[in-house]
Amino acid sequence: MASTNSPAGPATGFNIWRLWTDERHRGILSQAIVVILVALALVWVADNTRTNLDNRGLDIGFDFLADPAGIGIGVSLIEYRSTDTWLRAMTVGLLNTVLVSALGIVAATAIGFAAGIMRLLPNWLIRTIIATWVEFTRNVPLLLQIIFWWTLLLSLPTVRETLRIGDSIFLNNSGITGPSPVFEPGASAVLIALAAGVAAAWAVLNWARKRQAATGERLPAGWIALGLIVLLPLAVYFASGEPISWDTPTANRFGRLRGGLTVTPELVALWFALSTYTGAFISEIVRAGILSVSKGQTEAAGSLGLKGWQTTRLIIMPQALRVIIPPLTSQFLNLTKNSSLALAVGFQDFVGIGSQAQNQTGQAIEIVFSWMVVYVSLSLLTSAFMNWYNARIALVER
Amino acid sequence: MKIKSFTGMAAVAGILAVAGMAVPAHAATLDDVKSAGVIKCGINTGLAGFAFTGDDGKWTGFDVAYCRAMAAAVLGDPDKVKYVNLTGANRFPALQSGEIDVLSRNTTWTFSRDVDLGFTFVGVNYYDGQGFIGRKSLGVKSAKELDGASVCIQTGTTTEKNLADFFRVNNISYEAVPIETNSEARTAYQAERCDVYTTDASGLAATKSTFEDAEKHMVFPEIVSKEPLGPLVRQGDDQWADIARWVLNALISAEELGVTQANVEELAKGSKNPEINRMLGSEGSYAKMLGLEKNWAVNAIKADGNYAEIFEKFVGPKTPLGLERGLNALYKDGGILYSPPFR
Ligand SMILES: N[C@@H](CCC(=O)N[C@@H](CS)C(=O)NCC(=O)O)C(=O)O
Repeated sequence: MASTNSPAGPATGFNIWRLWTDERHRGILSQAIVVILVALALVWVADNTRTNLDNRGLDIGFDFLADPAGIGIGVSLIEYRSTDTWLRAMTVGLLNTVLVSALGIVAATAIGFAAGIMRLLPNWLIRTIIATWVEFTRNVPLLLQIIFWWTLLLSLPTVRETLRIGDSIFLNNSGITGPSPVFEPGASAVLIALAAGVAAAWAVLNWARKRQAATGERLPAGWIALGLIVLLPLAVYFASGEPISWDTPTANRFGRLRGGLTVTPELVALWFALSTYTGAFISEIVRAGILSVSKGQTEAAGSLGLKGWQTTRLIIMPQALRVIIPPLTSQFLNLTKNSSLALAVGFQDFVGIGSQAQNQTGQAIEIVFSWMVVYVSLSLLTSAFMNWYNARIALVER
Repeated sequence: MKIKSFTGMAAVAGILAVAGMAVPAHAATLDDVKSAGVIKCGINTGLAGFAFTGDDGKWTGFDVAYCRAMAAAVLGDPDKVKYVNLTGANRFPALQSGEIDVLSRNTTWTFSRDVDLGFTFVGVNYYDGQGFIGRKSLGVKSAKELDGASVCIQTGTTTEKNLADFFRVNNISYEAVPIETNSEARTAYQAERCDVYTTDASGLAATKSTFEDAEKHMVFPEIVSKEPLGPLVRQGDDQWADIARWVLNALISAEELGVTQANVEELAKGSKNPEINRMLGSEGSYAKMLGLEKNWAVNAIKADGNYAEIFEKFVGPKTPLGLERGLNALYKDGGILYSPPFR
């Protein structure tokens, strides 16, 4: 018969003291106390904030989001005018944060893997150059690096000396400008065709891989996939009467390029700085990951006749990745958070526009709160994705 | 559950409880400043003439002089200031949170800052307005011809909203190049990242004074806004606001009454003008009403001189900024500077 009595206390009736002497009860009790204390602390903080705000005649709430922002924004992924609301301005900022973080994560990963692998090459010169670069980049404050890249980009030719690359790409210290697509009615068909092409290409690649595993026969799947991605949308484009045109930039009286798409030096500086800085950290993670794979694996691969690059790709990396992914995730999170240094060069990210809003409206608490919510959410999303990926590549024991 | 983690939790709870206790009850700013022995004054991150570091590495300038006068009035020593450098964007949280006691950073007195942000502006020490600076080579004579230009603008300022309004009202378009500090804005403007830079006219003069090729740039005639700049304190501490207000008034009155850095000690012993006597403490007990020492105004004026002396020394016609008194002359000299009487 199972007994619920704990051996620590007498079994007769209820005794207040048992809440303390019984290990299990004590656990629950102490947790309850902590929860209550934390709750009280929160209530106290909230109340204190409230009182202080009242004392200073400040009020709290998100009503300001519906007020017109009245500020100009340089880079925006969606349409924005200075008469739009703070909500829209903050959305522009959020998208800018996501944009620079995503670009940064992709580039940092590429740089990190390349540098990490190169650092293990037998060539002394390459190894030393990479090692010096890693040490340097990791140890110079990121803010300085952002300003460094920005200043460097500002030393490009000015608007008056704009460089022309090909027919319609322009480069000067206010950015690189090229034509941008204009979608007319019917353009969605082309985009759908593009999506279909990508999906079909993916299916073909998968099928070819399975076939090769089963029969050993190799198909030119890469070419077929490429053809699907390019030809399918192209065919639809012409069939539907060319519904996408190009907006080519033109210079105005100040030499400023208007129209088309401009990538500003602020964005590029931030992107370079974030991806090299984080890339340097990632390269160390990659190096450690590769070194964690036992040397016997390389030797075994060699004796099977695999070449150097094949060994790295097929034998070493899959095993190293298991070590690399968890710390890589935290580098991605760092990069996203570090992107908030954007304001230093005037790239208006979520923090930048938030502090403009805070400055103009005084709603500091609400804005700090929304910063926290946004960055925590971005972090959780990144982690969730990386955890999913990690689980996928985890070693399957057979 | 193990005892070890129980102690851990208890520790967390304890820390929370202590953290809760440790926040001090609200005290009067004057008492805080006196017990700290130094006044925390918010200033620019650097703006020629207004707040810059001298050869000795100490902060000086038009805005800094007010901090020094405050310290002299309250603590008897103009050097007892802890300077906190603030950008346009972080100056207000700094004042709200008590990181600084007074803000003297060419800040425009506006309705929403006064009413909504919970501050008290104690007066105006510089009547200004927003202007534009551009290269002469642009071939533009007026800001209204700036359709399509790229405009450098400091974030977190009144000027960024004025700019949007100006372009909208005149139905012209622009590309905003927002920058956080004046020195970065200058870098961007000089690199021609933007065609024009817009901020307070005084700031433009300050920025231009640092250009090596200043003659290649011009300030456009339009002044597109009213920017009354002045010091401010947190709302809700009337005594402190009174001190801040009357230190400013003392500097302005001193000019009007002919009290200067050189003669203030002498006049403090007593003079024929009763208003001077009341201000400098040889008559009446005005100092006590403010909660300050008898010679508060003497000290304030001794720090960097009266308003005119401060103006001439840091931003006037003989300085690289070369600003005229204009609106900032005394009312009796054709300006609008006017201190209420020491009465
Ligand atoms: N008066 C305006 C603008 C004040 C402002 O920030 N001015 C700039 C340009 S003159 C400045 O002082 N910059 C110096 C710095 O960045 O520290 C306001 O109160 O919002």
